[in-house]
Amino acid sequence: MHKSIEQINERIRDGSARVVTAEEMPSIVAELGENGALKEVDVVTTGTFGAMCSSGAFLNFGHAEPPIRMERIWLNNVEAYGGLAAVDTYIGATQQSDTLEEEYGGAHVIEDLVAGKTVELRASSRGTDCYPRRTISTDLELKNLNQAIMCNPRNAYQRYNAATNTTDRTLHTYMGMLLPSSGNITYSGAGVLNPISNDPKLRLIGSGVPIFLCGAPGMVVGEGTQHSPAGGFGTLMVTGDLKQMSQDYLRAATMTGYGVTLYVGLGIPLPVLDLDVVRATAVRDEDINVDILDYGVPGRSRPVIRNVTYAELRSGSVELNGEEIKTSSLSSFRKARQVAAELKGWVEKGTMQLSLPTRAIDPAKQARPMHQTAKGPRVLDIMDKSVITIGETEEIRTAAKKLLKGETNHLPVVNGGGVLVGIITTFDVSKAVANPGKAHFVKDIMKTKVITTTPDEAVDIAVRKLEQNNISALPVVDAQHRVIAILTAMNLGKLFGGRWLK
Amino acid sequence: MKLLVTFSRGKGRGPIIAQVVRDTGVLINVERAVIDSSEGEALIEVPDDQCKLVRDSMTSFGAQVRILEHGINLKESECVDCGACISVCPREVFSFDPEWKLAVDEERCILCGKCIEACPHRALTLPL
Repeated sequence: MHKSIEQINERIRDGSARVVTAEEMPSIVAELGENGALKEVDVVTTGTFGAMCSSGAFLNFGHAEPPIRMERIWLNNVEAYGGLAAVDTYIGATQQSDTLEEEYGGAHVIEDLVAGKTVELRASSRGTDCYPRRTISTDLELKNLNQAIMCNPRNAYQRYNAATNTTDRTLHTYMGMLLPSSGNITYSGAGVLNPISNDPKLRLIGSGVPIFLCGAPGMVVGEGTQHSPAGGFGTLMVTGDLKQMSQDYLRAATMTGYGVTLYVGLGIPLPVLDLDVVRATAVRDEDINVDILDYGVPGRSRPVIRNVTYAELRSGSVELNGEEIKTSSLSSFRKARQVAAELKGWVEKGTMQLSLPTRAIDPAKQARPMHQTAKGPRVLDIMDKSVITIGETEEIRTAAKKLLKGETNHLPVVNGGGVLVGIITTFDVSKAVANPGKAHFVKDIMKTKVITTTPDEAVDIAVRKLEQNNISALPVVDAQHRVIAILTAMNLGKLFGGRWLK
Repeated sequence: MKLLVTFSRGKGRGPIIAQVVRDTGVLINVERAVIDSSEGEALIEVPDDQCKLVRDSMTSFGAQVRILEHGINLKESECVDCGACISVCPREVFSFDPEWKLAVDEERCILCGKCIEACPHRALTLPL
């Protein structure tokens, strides 16, 4: 059996279409069987509501008198793109306010516009013969704009890896607040209700397909940026009319210590054409797997701690190394349900009809990492190989002499095998001399908790270690933890020689 | 009942909490405490019927005592029921109800404030 999109639209028009949400579908298939479900159900609605950083809107303000070609543009002190001439701009969700920083950003401007609030536009220009005006400042509401078109380059991720943190300090990431020592797990995504997870072969979702976007009827533009369905991470580029959107499904947010983002409500109605659609939409939370990644590693390849399903994540806790770790969702399942339910209402009432893609999205694409022609500086490029170390059993006097002779402030302490066991600074030695007591040997005064770096670590990461720990030197160690060099704040000066700054 | 006790730690000040426990015999549960060289703040829990006794004793030692009637404050209009607060709370104040709406067990809250910065929607605030 096969149903055509025309048959389904005819049922939608005469009000007889059977519409269910993607959450209801698995039990319907279990009850009626695949053929029964195909006969019974015409449309499955999906929904998701979560942080979608790659979002924004094109705005057209109309011309001023005298007219201006806006080159630099701010909305409530949030800079918007000025390269679209003359009175067009694109406001990106994550752009932060020049004054309020992460507490207010492009997402807040968009939400304020949707809420009917006044937004201050400021713009400047060089002035030309055709556009003589150089500055403008005016208060605007959404209704004053000719167009306000949301266009989000990367939305509706098919799934998203969960996050934890094995380091000993709290991390502030786009995956929220991650407690030390794997103290919690955060995740995002609607699982069973996710649009692409219900159409992983992208037979139904493609260019021109009608969607629910933040409470307004919208459309899929095509594949989203970084679309990578080969690994289960498909994305969509979507658009919709901001003027019809609702604050119920569009919310600005701040991930503390990371920045501004926009919570977007997005749903796609899927026509149940054949058994393949039935099988795809019968997907459950239990069937959708993601990795839990260690965000404690500040690189592109974060180690996988373990693999889990959305069902496990949503249960409230996940076992890691024999311990039950609490999970937090960053997206809202309740809101995702509301999106799918409201979209179901639209289709039942006939206010939204379905269509198949006018152009298909590649279901096998794999996003590549950045092509980097020049690698950034690594520790080995600037480290000081003439590092002076001291044995743990040496006298403090010897350490003082070494510090003076070597004109350094840090002495990595090594054992007989050259392996790093501690560090002492000029301050530690001065303190021991000023307060003569029981301490005679280096090992009595050394700090044993040493923050280190390695030759192939990126300098940017080493610098973050210096900043976060409020220290000025990092011993550079090899794989056997032997001291091979030292990186001090002074070595960072080499970066300003021009070699790495193009 | 939860009490917020603040005290200064000048010269000659004794261990206030220990003294109150000894004098009153009430077993005080210290939920949270920040004490440095000059001042201290402790959130303690005591049985309701012994609240006055503890409070008077604390006050006699020069501490300021405030009864905390409310836990963390949730602004429903800002909350989207994501649940970012759930896993960062040390006291399991937050949970989902069967409809995936955020439920707050105010009684359990010790006002540590962790959830405030974890909330992406700035929906959580300390009570005044």
